[in-house]
Amino acid sequence: MSSRTTAPHAMGIHQRLPLGEELLRVEGLKVHFPVRSTILRRQLGVVQAVDGIDLSLAAGETLGVVGESGCGKTTTGQAILRLIEPTAGKIFFHGRDITRVGRRELRPLRREMQIVLQDPFSSLDPRMTVRSIIAEPLLVHEVYDKPRDRRRRVDELLELVGLQRELGSRFPHEFSGGQRQRIGIARALALNPQLLVLDEPISSLDVSIQAQIVNLLEELQQELSLAYLLIAHDLAVVKHICDRVAVMYLGKIVEKGARDEIYESPTHPYTQALLSAVPTPDPMKRGEGRRIVLEGDVPSPQDPPSGCRFRTRCWKAEAICAEELPALIDRENHGHPSACFFPDLLAPER
Amino acid sequence: MNPPSPSPREPLLSVRNLTTTFRTESGIVQAVRGVSWDIYPGETLGVVGESGSGKSVTMASIMGLVPVPPGKVTGDTVLFRGRDLLTLRNREMRTIRGREITMIFQDPMTSFNPVRTIGHQISEAIRVHDSQVSRKAARARSIELLSLVGVPSPATRYSQFPHEYSGGMRQRAMIAMAIANQPKLIIADEPTTALDVTIQAQILDVLRLIQEETDAATILITHDLGLIAEMSDRVLVMYAGKVVESADVFSLFQNPRHPYTLGLLASLPRIDTRLDSLLSIPGTPPSLTSPPPGCAFHPRCDLTRGRTPCHSEIPELMPTGSEEGHLAACHFWHEMEEVAQVVSDKVGLDVRSGTES
Repeated sequence: MSSRTTAPHAMGIHQRLPLGEELLRVEGLKVHFPVRSTILRRQLGVVQAVDGIDLSLAAGETLGVVGESGCGKTTTGQAILRLIEPTAGKIFFHGRDITRVGRRELRPLRREMQIVLQDPFSSLDPRMTVRSIIAEPLLVHEVYDKPRDRRRRVDELLELVGLQRELGSRFPHEFSGGQRQRIGIARALALNPQLLVLDEPISSLDVSIQAQIVNLLEELQQELSLAYLLIAHDLAVVKHICDRVAVMYLGKIVEKGARDEIYESPTHPYTQALLSAVPTPDPMKRGEGRRIVLEGDVPSPQDPPSGCRFRTRCWKAEAICAEELPALIDRENHGHPSACFFPDLLAPER
Repeated sequence: MNPPSPSPREPLLSVRNLTTTFRTESGIVQAVRGVSWDIYPGETLGVVGESGSGKSVTMASIMGLVPVPPGKVTGDTVLFRGRDLLTLRNREMRTIRGREITMIFQDPMTSFNPVRTIGHQISEAIRVHDSQVSRKAARARSIELLSLVGVPSPATRYSQFPHEYSGGMRQRAMIAMAIANQPKLIIADEPTTALDVTIQAQILDVLRLIQEETDAATILITHDLGLIAEMSDRVLVMYAGKVVESADVFSLFQNPRHPYTLGLLASLPRIDTRLDSLLSIPGTPPSLTSPPPGCAFHPRCDLTRGRTPCHSEIPELMPTGSEEGHLAACHFWHEMEEVAQVVSDKVGLDVRSGTES
């Protein structure tokens, strides 16, 4: 892959940070959606989709946000990109507070932070050729103004994501799911961003294709020093590509830490249950490890339980769990924070 | 084609050379291309494959649920307890479908009637097959079933509508309906794909429970090798409308004898261990209107190395000698050991089961 050969335009407004320096910081982010009655539009309540989370992401790093449907992980990603307006909290990008930055000022920032969506079938305009889909961000942001430059940039992007140039003149429906996801990635990379929000980038793809996209994302990160915020429900994929992981439940982060800390020594009961529920593709390991089957369903985010939101399904819950909200801190020197009053490593199987 | 079935038991269902095609604007889609397999009483047969591999269409064909036209189902026999389902009339088929063979679908939201209560629908399933049962008895039985599958306060839940149930609860209700008439065979088609992982764990427990309770054989269709490893006794791997490998679950994961099976294992991110890198299967699944000549997997296969048989002869599903009843449809299955070595070197770990240090 020939990388960044035609980057005469200093496209973003920020220089790339050295690897490992903080690119993004989120403090106390809240996104609440009002629930209104259908006719009178009276406000009936509030869905607390994201309710006070802190995150940080360094240049070149991958942070995984995992959780089940409705936990607020997608909303988090969209709020960080200001695709949804946050209700409260602050978002710092390159150290600058961008939470309340106006549309006009936001625009150049958007070049530096892009998103790849889950469904490559609905996220590509069926009436546009692949070439014009990938070139659209260049037109919108008025970079690579000359048709010849633009053409060259699109060629470069196609090559970067492993598609032949000739395919550029085709329409999305002529491509398979994996190829479409490549097109979506090429579009997201067009403006040479520093941060990519990947919202379930492989979950709609066939099993034999998923690895292709995972590998592509890893190669691109290496080559372009991208920071990834990976939003996913598939714990195995997150384990494979993330450096750090945040586990969400009902709008809150319940546990956060380096990948190995979360996967090898989780201390929050929800994380433990989640990990134990993933089937292992090895029949010899059947019944190995402690299987935790949670009872009941996730409560409604419109009316979350008092105190710890997980307590209604937790086997450790005590009176205090209903009264107080456990802070996300490292209580017992486990090395990473956990929002549980009784954090504990799972006892080894007898 | 008659795969040897060394088991002394009689198979419950025996499928021979089943073929299903659909006539479409872009040509004839060969969804199922001559599959043969057996399932024995009480066992769980896992069927794994990607979308379009023919796993769901195979089951729909057996159940007489393929719309004709545009569909067309042919084959030698589909023997179920002495009767050939391919020759049954619709009316006779209806006495088997929903009673002796039942199905659990992926999305219970679309498989329940939204304007009828859950209870009504389960009662209906009971009374359709046995008109002797009174409404009251059917209601009592339905509530009992709902309680068995773990629906809390089943009497209240009986008179609720599908939209009042959560996804996991709907799937439980669906399972209750599937076991209402003490079936001999339950076909579960991606039963947990639409569910979150903690809810999936609950549903798998329910499936295990009902298997103990009813002693029915189960066919579990999924694309998730993890589920296959956890739930099945025997496995069929399907690719492009054909069974490419068939084996006992342990034998399959320890000793995959088809490059596609090994390829899937090597491309899977793992939760239990860490791979240096994933080995992706190149290319995309083939078109079923014009499947590749010879072995349909050859354009994506590492093992073919351009050899003629791969693109000129369709490989038969044949014994591979390693374990009894371990069949694979690959001309060069005996080279799989070397391939596994190469794969292990690239992935940084032997992906086969039971091979870790």
